[in-house]
Amino acid sequence: MSVITLRVDGLDVAVPAGSTLLQAIRAAGLAVPTLCHLDGLDAVAACRLCLVEVEGSQRLLPACASEATEGQVIHTATAQLQGYRRMAVELFFAEGNHVCAFCVANGDCELQDVAVAVGMDHSRFPYQYPQRSVDASHPRFSLDHNRCILCTRCVRVCDQIEGAHVWDVAERGSDCRIVAGLDQPWGEVDACTSCGKCIDVCPTGALFAKEDTTAEKHPHPERAQQLRQAREHQQWLR
Amino acid sequence: MVALPPRERSQLRCCGASGCRSAGAGPLLAALRAAAAEGAVEPSATPAQTSGEPGSGLEVRSVGCLRLCGQGPLVAWDGPEGTQLFGGLPPQGAAALVAQARGLAPIPLPAEPALASHRLDLDHPFFRLQRPLVLENCGIVDPERIEDAIAHGGYVQLRRVLEELSPGEVREQVRRSGLRGRGGGGYPTGLKWDTVALQPPGRRYVVCNADEGDPGAFMDRSVLEGDPHRLLEGMAIAAYAVGADHGYLYVRAEYPLAIERLRLALQQARRHGLLGQGIAGSTFNLELEVRVGAGAYVCGEETALLHSIQGQRGTPRSRPPYPAQAGLWGAPTLINNVETLAAVPVILRQGGDWYAAIGREKSRGTKVFSLSGAIRHTGLVEVPMGTSLRTVVETMGGGDPDGGAVKAVQTGGPSGGCIPADLLDTPVDFESLLALGSMMGSGGMVVIGQGTAMPEVARHFMAFSVNESCGKCVPCRAGTVQLLALLDRCVERRATAADLEALEALCAMVKATSLCGLGQAAPNPVLSTLRHFRQDYSMASGAGP
Repeated sequence: MSVITLRVDGLDVAVPAGSTLLQAIRAAGLAVPTLCHLDGLDAVAACRLCLVEVEGSQRLLPACASEATEGQVIHTATAQLQGYRRMAVELFFAEGNHVCAFCVANGDCELQDVAVAVGMDHSRFPYQYPQRSVDASHPRFSLDHNRCILCTRCVRVCDQIEGAHVWDVAERGSDCRIVAGLDQPWGEVDACTSCGKCIDVCPTGALFAKEDTTAEKHPHPERAQQLRQAREHQQWLR
Repeated sequence: MVALPPRERSQLRCCGASGCRSAGAGPLLAALRAAAAEGAVEPSATPAQTSGEPGSGLEVRSVGCLRLCGQGPLVAWDGPEGTQLFGGLPPQGAAALVAQARGLAPIPLPAEPALASHRLDLDHPFFRLQRPLVLENCGIVDPERIEDAIAHGGYVQLRRVLEELSPGEVREQVRRSGLRGRGGGGYPTGLKWDTVALQPPGRRYVVCNADEGDPGAFMDRSVLEGDPHRLLEGMAIAAYAVGADHGYLYVRAEYPLAIERLRLALQQARRHGLLGQGIAGSTFNLELEVRVGAGAYVCGEETALLHSIQGQRGTPRSRPPYPAQAGLWGAPTLINNVETLAAVPVILRQGGDWYAAIGREKSRGTKVFSLSGAIRHTGLVEVPMGTSLRTVVETMGGGDPDGGAVKAVQTGGPSGGCIPADLLDTPVDFESLLALGSMMGSGGMVVIGQGTAMPEVARHFMAFSVNESCGKCVPCRAGTVQLLALLDRCVERRATAADLEALEALCAMVKATSLCGLGQAAPNPVLSTLRHFRQDYSMASGAGP
């Protein structure tokens, strides 16, 4: 396996060829915020939080979906990037109905963590207060659209790892929403195996087990990668 | 081309494209054909008729766009005196026109005042300054008859290329022509073809992007409806040049006539051995299919378009890999716009160098523009690249119909910007328009009159982007919604200085961080109007000039 070297925020780092910029950033001991990305699932580059500057390129590149190349010089935390990230998180909060105080995921929520990481204490954009619904038709789980940030992790984990493809995205723009089956109540979708992987990878409290109440959801997003490793390399990583 | 050289036997060409159809071309064409077939002409209406006889072979043809769409339905009469063009003729006027066309003597104008009042001036710069290459046969050939296209030189270049040129030689000509993508991006076509052709051996696809969705853009529709065989020929040459044997024409569902004519053209081409197996006696095979969009603007973005063809949700994906490397079902895929592919037969016929001699600097050849909005002559013009905006809008387009001054020209649709009247001397080419904060786009030009406040224009386009955002990435999905709310405040004159600051900051964020070109360009109408018409916003906000 060949190795490439690049420079991340002034640190030289070596990674296997074919690594993503995100892997290189992590190899350098640094971090960029992510929401849609999850190890073990294909990258979609939708949340735009992991955008980085690459010297010699006018465009910002999503670290999760860009291959690292030899000699690249990247910057992950310029003032401009930090400003954009904070705005993106504000947009997430303003477009949904996120009320931490009585959310199942309070205290174990990636959206919350990202808000803290980018220093967002309030949204400068007016809250949209969209009219959204809750689907509690499944015997064990619920989907609260108010808390959904459309990261599509549930769509991908169900398709790519469980192989059931229960979830999809319907409508477009700000009307987008996650749908089960052919836009049916979740509980009526025969394809659902009730495996709970979507609950584990959901970064917010949008998908949760019915027994959980406020601040009781403790997801396991690492399971996507564990399962993939187990299947592809016959290794169970903890 | 609209004006033809004088000819002994008269013919009438009636525009049968969407614009004229909606203005009544259908009943007019039927009336012209009835009058020509019967020869039953009112004697009183034919004082000049001397030698015409019933059934004397006056041909009435249905053709593609005759350019001056705003005056439709358009009919051209080609006779011994050359061509005369008539606009807005009601079906009741058909008999008079047929009678005049039959009278081989010169028309004693104004013998028939009703007819004369519909006559349009073909010497007007709108027609005179056009340089038809892509549209050279549009308005001349009957788009529903391949025999007519072939009689006017159709498929000659495809046959020649297959007999005489290697794929590399074809690409060499396209490279030399300096042709750049006419869909808006302006990527060098020859380079794109090379990138696809030079991928490792294996299957390749060729795709024509006919998902023309910019408001005010109808250039591609005119090619599809007026001369579909030219597009098929260009596409077949492109497929040969990159080694593809399968291709798709992705057409928006809102173009039913274009879809119908394309499907007919494909059938006819297959029947003539110009598509399918062993094209024109060579070993080259090509299957082409029409795919119809489902009403999403974003499907004009190439990666979303490919997803749509594959039957998936029409959302863009991160590039690289570019479609030229990994496109349809992972295979290298050439995607070109309609106008780009329709320019290929001319380039092969005249040579790349000949084509490169037209236009200027980095923008070669001609470009088709559709003129609409506050302008006297609404329609299609094809002009050399580098023609000034003033020539296009004022000289050819005739300026504001009410005689007022033009305030701005919007180019590039929701991805473009507004160019103020004092910069109308700007040459129309890719770089000059970008430098002004607008873009060439696909070729729609919407002229804005003095009565329009620019924040309203910006809001109009932002509302479009909000409706058309696919919702995949947050800056476009949620950012455009917030931009629209800020623009509402500007239009309603409630905006504060802080709102204007927020507007600019969010525009910069959406532009820099959106996933695809739609989101990245969505702030352009705001940014360009802020740049050139800041006073309109300041008035709105009360923040002072």
